[in-house]
Amino acid sequence: MDLFTPDFGLIFWMFLAFAILFFILWKWAWPVILKTVDNRADLIDKGVEYAQSAKEQLDNARESAREVINEAQRKQAEMLRDADRMKTQIVEQARAAAQVEAQKVMDSAKMQIEQQQKEAQLQFRNQVSEFALQIASKVVKNELKDQKAQTQLVNSLLDEIESK
Amino acid sequence: MKSVADSLMSIIMLCRFVYIDTAMIRYISILLLSLFSFVMPVCTFAENEAAEEEKAKIDPKSIIFEHLGDGYGWEVPFNHHKRFPLPVIVIGTDGLHVFSSARVTHGQVYKDGDATFMIAGKDSDHHGKIVEIVNGKEERPIDISITKNVCALFIAVIFVAGLLIWLARHHKKWNYKAPRKGLGAIEACVTFIYDDVIKATLHDKARKFAPYLLTVFFFILGMNLLGLIVVFPGGANLTGNIAVTLVLAILTFLVTNIWGTKHYWKEIFWPDVPLWLKFPLPIMPIIEIFGMFTKPAALTVRLFANMMGGHMIVIVLTLLIFIFAAVSPVAGGATTVVSVLFSLFMLCIDVLVSFIQAYVFTMLSTIFISLAQEHEHEKEEKKEEQNTKSVAVAVK
Repeated sequence: MDLFTPDFGLIFWMFLAFAILFFILWKWAWPVILKTVDNRADLIDKGVEYAQSAKEQLDNARESAREVINEAQRKQAEMLRDADRMKTQIVEQARAAAQVEAQKVMDSAKMQIEQQQKEAQLQFRNQVSEFALQIASKVVKNELKDQKAQTQLVNSLLDEIESK
Repeated sequence: MKSVADSLMSIIMLCRFVYIDTAMIRYISILLLSLFSFVMPVCTFAENEAAEEEKAKIDPKSIIFEHLGDGYGWEVPFNHHKRFPLPVIVIGTDGLHVFSSARVTHGQVYKDGDATFMIAGKDSDHHGKIVEIVNGKEERPIDISITKNVCALFIAVIFVAGLLIWLARHHKKWNYKAPRKGLGAIEACVTFIYDDVIKATLHDKARKFAPYLLTVFFFILGMNLLGLIVVFPGGANLTGNIAVTLVLAILTFLVTNIWGTKHYWKEIFWPDVPLWLKFPLPIMPIIEIFGMFTKPAALTVRLFANMMGGHMIVIVLTLLIFIFAAVSPVAGGATTVVSVLFSLFMLCIDVLVSFIQAYVFTMLSTIFISLAQEHEHEKEEKKEEQNTKSVAVAVK
């Protein structure tokens, strides 16, 4: 059968054709194509890796941003609370100081009043005793004109002392 | 015949006058054409009754083998006698002779200097080949003619090299940017073979053997596809020729054994089996050496038989028309429709087969090469690869 017996000429030319094709492709096609294909595969791998890490970083950043915000909110709340406390404290202090001051003023006023009262009393007493002495001297001058009245007075005074 | 054509034309014209939408016209014309193809053989039969005698004498066997085989000229389409001449190069008894195949195509005897050449006749041992007539006897010279197959071979080389250099130029220009459309399809094939076959099997040695394996794949694919085109740039049954597949298999055999590791040779001559299997009588080494040669033989025959089968089926289906037309015109008409549909279907299948066979050849070559690339510690992998191999064999 013709079909099953390889032809020498065709074998020869096939070797030659393959050699030529292989040389052409080996020299000008495969290095470029394979390099690009490999590079592209690397590039895609790197791209995926980069995207993954970027996503991770983004997640991390989001997390840290949230933390920062929380921290800030906490600080803000704390500051507000502090301010509030400080305010009440100041008000309290002011109130206390005012009270103390008021007390002081009142005390000194009281003391002054007392002093003045005492002085007034003393003056009054002195005046009263002066008046009393004058009156008494006058009364005594009048009364001691008769003996009986004198005795009566002495007796009444003695009674008074006894009763005391 | 004429009346039938006239009536067909008038029906088509009628369709145009009566308003029918274009899709309808398409359906009707397809229907009419198929009807026409059914009727035509009957008409020709009626008209050429005188020529009937000659037409009945078709020799299917010789037609099939002529189409599957090689030739010294390239057939001109739709003309059975004219052939495009190609150079004949022979080294006869008195040296090199180069002449046009037109001088011997129709059985003429050509005298070039002292030597006489002709194409051997049907009853000769060298049927269809150039022979030198020495002392009245036919002798086969060393024949390195540019035959139809050789010419197609170089067309395939130019075709494949052109496509791949085109792709390489694109890569040079656009660096890592992926090509689109046609080039994208070629690159898809490259990455398909390179990533899924070569890299997956050879791992770190992929880059070393990739040029050879990819060249084999694209060369086979190019030859297969060109073989499916009926007229000029294609039409030669290249991969369905045992010489072509033999050369490819020999190349794989050479690559496998030249780059084979020490461990590979040890496995052949001193395999890991009980001593009695290899010592007084080297049973296993003989089997292993036999295996070395069955691998390329399997490669040769697989590709050859698959591609030749595809071509043969299409030719046989076409010939059926003529065989049945000789029996009865009605049968011939019916066969025409069926045959054309079937050969169309078979050609579609052949496009698929072209790709699969190129893929299978490359994959098996890769596996054979990788089996010869083993080192001592890679034994577990070997089992895996043998599994792959058996799967691959089961595929075909």
